[in-house]
Amino acid sequence: MTTVDTAIGTAKTMVLNMGPQHPSTHGVLRILLELDGETVVKAIPDLGYLHTGIEKSCEDKTYSQAITLTDRMDYLNPLGNNLVYCLAVEKLLGLEIPKRAQYIRVMMVELQRISSHLVWLGTHAIDLGAMTVFLYCFREREEILNIFELFSGQRMMTSYIRIGGLALDPPTGWRQAIEKFLKMMPSRVDEYETLLTENRIWIGRTKGIGYISAEDAVALSMTGPTLRAAGIAYDNRKVFPYSSYEEFDFNVPTRTDSDCYARYLIRVAEMRESLKIIRQALDKISNEGPIRAEAPGVIPPQREKMKTEMEALIYHFKIFTEGFSPVPGEAYVSVESPRGELGCFIASDGSPKPLRAHFRSPSYINLQALPKLIEGQLIADVIACIGTIDIILGEVDR
Amino acid sequence: MTESSSQNANVVAEHLRSWNSKAVAEVIEFRGDTTIVIPREFLRAAAERCRQDAKLQYDLLSAATCVDRFPHEPRFELIYQLVSIPRREKVRLKVRVSGNDPVVDSLVPVWPGANWLEREIFDLFGIRFHGHPDLRRILLPEDWEGYPLRRDYPVEGYRDVPNTGELFRKSSTP
Repeated sequence: MTTVDTAIGTAKTMVLNMGPQHPSTHGVLRILLELDGETVVKAIPDLGYLHTGIEKSCEDKTYSQAITLTDRMDYLNPLGNNLVYCLAVEKLLGLEIPKRAQYIRVMMVELQRISSHLVWLGTHAIDLGAMTVFLYCFREREEILNIFELFSGQRMMTSYIRIGGLALDPPTGWRQAIEKFLKMMPSRVDEYETLLTENRIWIGRTKGIGYISAEDAVALSMTGPTLRAAGIAYDNRKVFPYSSYEEFDFNVPTRTDSDCYARYLIRVAEMRESLKIIRQALDKISNEGPIRAEAPGVIPPQREKMKTEMEALIYHFKIFTEGFSPVPGEAYVSVESPRGELGCFIASDGSPKPLRAHFRSPSYINLQALPKLIEGQLIADVIACIGTIDIILGEVDR
Repeated sequence: MTESSSQNANVVAEHLRSWNSKAVAEVIEFRGDTTIVIPREFLRAAAERCRQDAKLQYDLLSAATCVDRFPHEPRFELIYQLVSIPRREKVRLKVRVSGNDPVVDSLVPVWPGANWLEREIFDLFGIRFHGHPDLRRILLPEDWEGYPLRRDYPVEGYRDVPNTGELFRKSSTP
């Protein structure tokens, strides 16, 4: 168990153990805090309570089986995890995905971004004492989860994005469901802003708290809203576009204050940008068209073909028993998850199972900067700083 | 996109070669990704070059990981994903390390963000980083034996002992 050497070694400081069972650590994070009165002198995060060895398990699954494991890392962004994994495998295979599937992917991932930001906003607000926002946010998140259920039959661990495309064609009535959501959501975002943006208590708890300079943020490999709040417009959707993001028109909100309040404003602005992207995607998605790439032996054939063609049946059997074998090589893909740069590195040795699948999880790397944010601050601000990084412990520990 | 990334590969590789002709062992192009293989002894100096040189400006160490190619030698491959935010470019550095002596220079002095990334590799692969300020296990308990992401570590079961309840019964009898 991690212990801490007190910096001063006299009775002047005390060590406080925060977590792992603490509601405002958003999971099971333990932090050792060395305090001088109410001021944090030193902070040491201790992780690993949720380590489940997902990367090791991936090595024992075929490429398509491993998709279900990716859902369970960042459980507020399962579709984003599916996406990055599938993009990496597709890069390894050199597959081209039909445009229709790419647009549906974009739409689903942006819905997921909104739902993730809603959980972040709700829990962050409840940590700082604003109960109502939590209830409002979960009301809208429910609507998004209903849309996911409509598309995939699952609310959270959807595994909807598959290698080569999507699991299922969009169901009947999907367009109306999205339209309804797009119509409702902007006014709901306004509601959260009414509750918080000019709220004196909220400003008092977040403004000027958890400052990190742009240089430090880059040096510590931070990405996502935390980096953009420091004034650096680094967003993978713009810088290294994937899944046709270059065809969408949206802004990357940035601010320069780099405190908890700036990060709040950025995430709210991102929700509005995501709504813009979903609207554009909705207009781009045609009613008819393929949702999977054509690649015999790699992508499962359509059901009708399986019933009529011998080869299709054989391929289906082979894909689901032994899997497919990409050529030896390595591929790295990064996408913009709600928390930052989510990367997936896959090394293949030519067998049907990955030699190595590594996930660059933004929560893990952003959490590294936590001591920098809280050292020298008051203990009450530690809660605000943990919330503002937006960590998901399932992804931190993998 | 492939064209521009291979152009970028030439920029990085040539730059490193002009600094030290032995600093680039190999340049691998695969599916538009560029990997520059660097001999182990040049890793930190080459990384510093990548970060500080005005023409390269790789200011963000995006990810670092390891691949175990057991039973081949050199067994380990350390992978560093670099991003240049001002230049909007990516490159991957690779260092090959033998299984008998899995030690490399730490990159924490170059990118402070390498700290936890290297601790994770140490924890799961048992690679030691020379000059790391705080090399401890991070995800696993401190008393864990072995390095689980090595290919010779079993996926299921701890040290190849199937869990039949035998261990539990032994320890619970007085």
